[in-house]
Amino acid sequence: MTGTPAPGPELIGRAASPGLAAGPVVVVDALAGDVVASGDPRTEAANLTRALETASAQIAGLTETVEPEAAEMLEFQLAMLEDEELTAPVRAAIADGASAAAAFAAVLDAAIADYGASSDEYFRARTADLADIRERVLRALSGKASEAPAAGAVLVGKDLTPTRFLETDWSAGGGIALADGSPSSHVAMLARARGVPMVTGLGAFDTSDLKEALVDGDSGRVRFNPDEAARRQHAERVEALAREAEAAKTYLGRPAATACGVPISVMINVAAPEEVDALDPAHCDGIGLMRTEFLFHGAGGLPDEDCQYQAYRKVLEWAGGRSVTIRTLDAGGDKPVPGLTVEESNPFLGCRGIRLSLRRPEVFRVQLRALARAGCRGNLQVMLPMVSMPEEIEAAARLLDTCVAELHAEGHEAVRPPLGIMVEVPAVAVTPERFAAAAFFSIGSNDLTQYVLAAGRDSPDVAELGRADDPAVLALVASTLRGGAAAGLPVSLCGDAGSDLAVLPKLLACGLRRVSVAPAALARVKAALAGMRLGDDG
Amino acid sequence: MSDVALTAEVLLEHEVGLHARPSVKLTKLAKTFRSRIDVSPGPDGPWIDAKSIVKVMGARAPKGTVLHFRAAGEDARAALDALVALVRNDFETGAAGEAE
Repeated sequence: MTGTPAPGPELIGRAASPGLAAGPVVVVDALAGDVVASGDPRTEAANLTRALETASAQIAGLTETVEPEAAEMLEFQLAMLEDEELTAPVRAAIADGASAAAAFAAVLDAAIADYGASSDEYFRARTADLADIRERVLRALSGKASEAPAAGAVLVGKDLTPTRFLETDWSAGGGIALADGSPSSHVAMLARARGVPMVTGLGAFDTSDLKEALVDGDSGRVRFNPDEAARRQHAERVEALAREAEAAKTYLGRPAATACGVPISVMINVAAPEEVDALDPAHCDGIGLMRTEFLFHGAGGLPDEDCQYQAYRKVLEWAGGRSVTIRTLDAGGDKPVPGLTVEESNPFLGCRGIRLSLRRPEVFRVQLRALARAGCRGNLQVMLPMVSMPEEIEAAARLLDTCVAELHAEGHEAVRPPLGIMVEVPAVAVTPERFAAAAFFSIGSNDLTQYVLAAGRDSPDVAELGRADDPAVLALVASTLRGGAAAGLPVSLCGDAGSDLAVLPKLLACGLRRVSVAPAALARVKAALAGMRLGDDG
Repeated sequence: MSDVALTAEVLLEHEVGLHARPSVKLTKLAKTFRSRIDVSPGPDGPWIDAKSIVKVMGARAPKGTVLHFRAAGEDARAALDALVALVRNDFETGAAGEAE
């Protein structure tokens, strides 16, 4: 077992924080349940008190060194630890003969279950903090200090608690590779903020003989115990990425064009109005997709017209005269909204997007009214998600017309924005000419791919099947572009494929000239376009 | 509790309701007073200990709730004034920055 470990397999998970990392493996598995109980309630109570003090002191120490957002999370954990309401039932169970560890674990498990059952996403997210507290106190009870990994290590395990992340010295690089975990976890957010490459959802694997790891936080790949060739290849990619990042800065402020001089319109995807604050509108050709789901996840229920209007207006004013495409609520599928979406056994094929909006006109009308009012503040287009029948465009258009007429009658300023559609259901891409009533097409490559290949985006087991450059997907992209051109409609693409530099040339070869990408990918895409020649891949 | 309880109410306008960050600020402030302080999401209770983060988070008060405070003790008036001011000033936060 000693000496050079056997080259490990390459595991594929979900990219949670971009970038490349290489380093020695440190396994951070959660504590095994081997806390020795004394059998004496008084000793157990004293042990609990000591463990709580230790945990509080550790967290308080961390609070001083971290960024403000993380400090707030730590303050919450600290307040919970110091609250007698949390510890009183633990002490009661200890007095009844339970061990400190069993009693504390039971109380925290109940609290975690309670928060986890909340319909409020924010409360559910706090279960991570409670699990963090649970592990830290149990570790203190076990008397085993969690030794801080050396700087530059790749942390490997089932999952990682936020405080373990914050305790780690990332100044010399390093990365994270987890069997479980999620890109939307608090740790993933922290990792993105600090630029620590991270991959989650690798599935169960044996950690006993892992010495070294290469983490690719862009593609979600992790290679353990790499051989010399893999190591060299990784180092070359690190260098290439650094060169690219430098080049990207040069291209960010210029209009995008290919190496052969064909102009390409590059827009950005926005999920929340605050995202644009840090961006210069001159760096992009507008907003190709603004999602509106964020408005519907607040604690106060469904958002009212004015709240929506303010959000839309902010983004329109930021864009100046540039085009802004706002997508009406795309709830359902993997994006449930409490009080609106319904439970379905197969939500991706269920009542989502425009299907849901048309069934709930009282909710849809509020959004359309807010959009029509905000349209006076800039260059707005409205986009319908999940359209599969031409009648859905007609129904939405009628509703929009009525809303505009009502607003005018009420004395409000309002415009009737152009109404376009997402092309993500294969039915539309196969026969785009039937949907010529739309003002534009925007290809949603993520959903289109999963529907064409019958490979769910939520299933890691079929992730390899759902490739956006599958010939069948590319054929439908080309079909949509032809249909759009015949009807005189602009066609863009707003899925992840547009910022996948291996796929983008193939999309250009299909005739695509407008893409909308995540703000973080903007510079990279513009720089890459400048190096692409049309026909290279055709 | 021999003192007569004083009461106050204030509209909760924080974007995400009484979540972790506002709850931490509220309980921290409440703990600086000697009075017994209770808070409730309605005029008729349930009254909960405003110094307990577990209890305050447990109330899960959303935006738009009228928070009722009840305080008894030597510094009850000052406590109510301070707590109402905290909620009214949106927990002294700038733009809401709760991550999704």
